[in-house]
Amino acid sequence: MEKRKERIDRGIKARSEDIFALSSYREMLYLLVPRAIPVVGLLFLAPFLSPYWREIFISTSVYALLAISWDLLISAGLVSLGQSLFYGIGSYVAGSLNHYYSLPPILTIPIATVAGGIICTIVLLPVLRLRGIYFAMVTLVVPLMFSRLVEATRILGGTEGLTGLTPFPSPWVSLYVIEIAVLVTLFGFRRLMGSDWGLIVKGINDNDRSVMSAGLNIHWYKAQVVFLGASVGCFAGAFGTHLDMFAGMPGFALDYSIMPIAAAVVGGAGSFAGPLLGAFILVPLSEILRSLGALRIVFYGMFLVIFVVGLPEGIFRFLQRKYHQFERWVEVS
Amino acid sequence: MGRSELKKEGESLLRVEDLSKSFGGVLAVDGVSFELPSGQLLGIIGPNGSGKTTLVNLITGFIKPDRGRVIYSGNDITGWPPYKIVTLGIARTFQMVKPFYQLPAYKNLIIPLCSPRVKAMAGGKYGERDAVALDLLEEVGFERDSYVSYKVASSLPQGYLKRLELAKAIALRPDLIILDELFSGLSLAEVASIVPIIEKLRFQGKTMIMIEHRLKELFRIADRVMVLNYGQKIAEGSAKEVMESEEVKNAYLGSEE
Repeated sequence: MEKRKERIDRGIKARSEDIFALSSYREMLYLLVPRAIPVVGLLFLAPFLSPYWREIFISTSVYALLAISWDLLISAGLVSLGQSLFYGIGSYVAGSLNHYYSLPPILTIPIATVAGGIICTIVLLPVLRLRGIYFAMVTLVVPLMFSRLVEATRILGGTEGLTGLTPFPSPWVSLYVIEIAVLVTLFGFRRLMGSDWGLIVKGINDNDRSVMSAGLNIHWYKAQVVFLGASVGCFAGAFGTHLDMFAGMPGFALDYSIMPIAAAVVGGAGSFAGPLLGAFILVPLSEILRSLGALRIVFYGMFLVIFVVGLPEGIFRFLQRKYHQFERWVEVS
Repeated sequence: MGRSELKKEGESLLRVEDLSKSFGGVLAVDGVSFELPSGQLLGIIGPNGSGKTTLVNLITGFIKPDRGRVIYSGNDITGWPPYKIVTLGIARTFQMVKPFYQLPAYKNLIIPLCSPRVKAMAGGKYGERDAVALDLLEEVGFERDSYVSYKVASSLPQGYLKRLELAKAIALRPDLIILDELFSGLSLAEVASIVPIIEKLRFQGKTMIMIEHRLKELFRIADRVMVLNYGQKIAEGSAKEVMESEEVKNAYLGSEE
């Protein structure tokens, strides 16, 4: 019996990247396993962690949400250097609803998600026609403006912030709220980008004049993308606020802008799973390096440089490619 | 000015009145007026830099004119954004092809098929679009049942990219198609294979404007030809009339003084 090596996905991929022809459970399993990894990892890993690492697990998920939000914006060609705008607005909306109107987290978080998304979209609406570096510069400046506004006018608690907010009833509630949110966002956005709406968004990134001449209002689509991205970021902010029981100027801090970008670069932009993976590598890593004190920034920076230079496609794309290259022995008839 | 009042003045599908645009000190388009009756094919020729592409950009809304009006089937569309003009039924191609390079060829057509204009007609429904896109590609000469329609646009040769550009315009089911140098960069054989597609579109009753440097091929299919030089219209008429005009000869060959 003669045998030859053949790629496992050979029979599955019919013509195009996104059309599959499945004919056995083994082939279904081949597609299912990589999709099951984040679900199992996010939902069932936490009970095995110590309380300290469980907290880091939660804050990693917050960064992962911001990174996925960044990835949605970049897929429409919008480079955001200001994810902290979304985090800060979400944080302040939820915080002030809880502080001034005593609304419980179950109401403040959904309201902050939608209202924050609308606020951020309106703030960025005038600059949506800008592209590339110009849009990026504006997004860098806007969160700084907001934090100085709070400082100067002393509204919303000024530099003190809003303290003593309602916490989550138990650490497990907060854990599962954020993990389910991450999963819904991850799979929801992946599905969305695979739809015709996603094609239009990719088209805007590729060639916006061509989308215009196809009879579509690109500013309307960009506004939708910003709203979705901002809503996810605001959810992260509202969640973080109730987790820390505090809403304040640190919500607009640069950390929330830089970490998501670093996560997306290390993980690989454009797939949503990449930024998630990147966040789960970088945030725990910076925790491990905490004992090194000031030297940690050096190691952290070196790690980033190595990845940007050595693996520009990102870890996720690399693993994805390797996975599709798996081979098996097939009988030649 | 009301719609009915504009309509009364003439039966032309497209009327351009005294259209002007300057970039800095250069008058790119200078007081161009013309009328295009429904069903005709108008060829626009002229030396490099004579304002042909700017004229297209002015009509399709990519550039706002300094002066003048564009009236399309009774609507004053001057200064409208491009996507609204497309919705009325004007589709264009670009001289430098603008496909969506990261998408497969047939997915390129999904984007125009998602436009409000097509959605209002049949065949634009979700789930039907892939089949419609493949049919359209076959219409412009992508071999059916070959792999080429599924290839990523960045890997297609220039001839196919030009066809794809044409297919993107046809996908909008326009009444007026503006082709900006569709034949440039193509071999004689490729041009010869695209000409029947254009003749078929004319047979379907589409009104067309073609900007071309390939005069021989253009004159064979155009009803009327307009010549631009330094942004001004210097001649208009049948291909024969235009080529006999002294001014046109001067523009192309240089005057004797």
